Amino acid sequence: MTTRIEAAGLVRAFGARRAVDGLSFTLAAGECLALFGPNGAGKSTALRLLAGLLSPTRGRASIGGVRLPAPEARARVGLISHRSMLYEALTARENVRFSAQLHGLRDVDQAVERALVALRVADRADVPVRALSRGLQQRVAIARAIVHGPDVLLADEPYTGLDEQGGAALTTLLRERRDAGAALIVVTHHLHEGLALATHAAIMRAGRFARFERAEGLERDRYAAEYRELVA
Amino acid sequence: MSGVPAAPGLLGAAWMIARKDLAIEFRTRSAFLSALVLSLLSIVIFYFAWDPTAIGAADLAPGVLWVTFTFSGLLGMHRSFGVESHDGAMDALLTAPVPRQSIFLGKALANLVFVLGVQAVALPAVALFYNLPVGPAFGALALLMLLASIGLVAVGTMFAGMTANTRLAELLLPVLAMPFFVPIVMPAAKTTALLLAGRPIGEAFAWLRILLAFDLVFAYVCMLVFPLTLDD
Repeated sequence: MTTRIEAAGLVRAFGARRAVDGLSFTLAAGECLALFGPNGAGKSTALRLLAGLLSPTRGRASIGGVRLPAPEARARVGLISHRSMLYEALTARENVRFSAQLHGLRDVDQAVERALVALRVADRADVPVRALSRGLQQRVAIARAIVHGPDVLLADEPYTGLDEQGGAALTTLLRERRDAGAALIVVTHHLHEGLALATHAAIMRAGRFARFERAEGLERDRYAAEYRELVA
Repeated sequence: MSGVPAAPGLLGAAWMIARKDLAIEFRTRSAFLSALVLSLLSIVIFYFAWDPTAIGAADLAPGVLWVTFTFSGLLGMHRSFGVESHDGAMDALLTAPVPRQSIFLGKALANLVFVLGVQAVALPAVALFYNLPVGPAFGALALLMLLASIGLVAVGTMFAGMTANTRLAELLLPVLAMPFFVPIVMPAAKTTALLLAGRPIGEAFAWLRILLAFDLVFAYVCMLVFPLTLDD
């Protein structure tokens, strides 16, 4: 299987503190890692390293065999965060279009429309982002992140602010992307939500994987109990 | 792995970023209005503090102009990164597969338009208040303002990017940028004085050469250094 994400001995220190302390793993096409852990465990920092937003203090991260932060590697990544990463004075369509243009898409209009429809926000596409509710903003943010059809999707608390319909649309979309051969990392505090999509599950604590295993066959209630015990 | 479309190059991406920044400013007009009001208030305060019997208008005006241009420009440059800080928009920009220098170039281009826009209003206001005959020297003054603004914008944009995520950005930006503004503002003010005194532009060539040299050095160095300022 094609390796989409590879982290080798990834370390990121802020001063004396190591937020990420030696992460090594690979994810192949069609695999999804659900990443759990308490606040401050280093999950978001790990995602920022894999998105090319931070340089590792040690180790390396590659996307599709290309070492980050090379533009060729970043081109394959879609990043969803609990922050919208949108320009509030621009409309939803303009925000998504700007991202599509920066990725050099050929048929920008079609790609933008497809992304907005997938997130069920096409009817509000020409409204300035500041006039949208937090949940709708999050849908636009996700449309922005997937407009270029990334091979790797990094989602940090992607369900933040979404209502039931939005959450369902996101789950469908993530599943479709995974089944189409993308590799996903979903950071969430909601175990059941994360495990529903995951082929792998990991728990981070103090910058390291305390557990990393295949999700197949994991008994959810037992895993949740073990998780609580582990992070207590 | 699916093919990745060719992302825009340095200039293409810079143009997209500049257009986006100008669209946001055109809609909100928040930075432009603030800078304009600051400029006009400065001109008025200088005017009321001026003793025409002690110092001639042509001697005072160059100082008034360049103090006004410098501080109003700083205001705009600070705001240009404010739109990126809001809700993490900078992260989306940094994950795009475009050269990071294009962010600097795009921001600098938008800031240049902003600064020249403020100057286009401030110059006639100074001419009006101080009863200065700028008409004969208008072409030379416009060229001088363009040259000096390129240097100011290059330095200001780099430091605005560097300080954007700091708690004291509004304080740090002028403190850091001001020493680098001196070699730009000094020849600009000297040349302005010569032009307002009705001297031919040929007499200012020595100052203009200094200005051009600093423009080239600052623009090149700031563009190279800018990506290094982006890592957390």
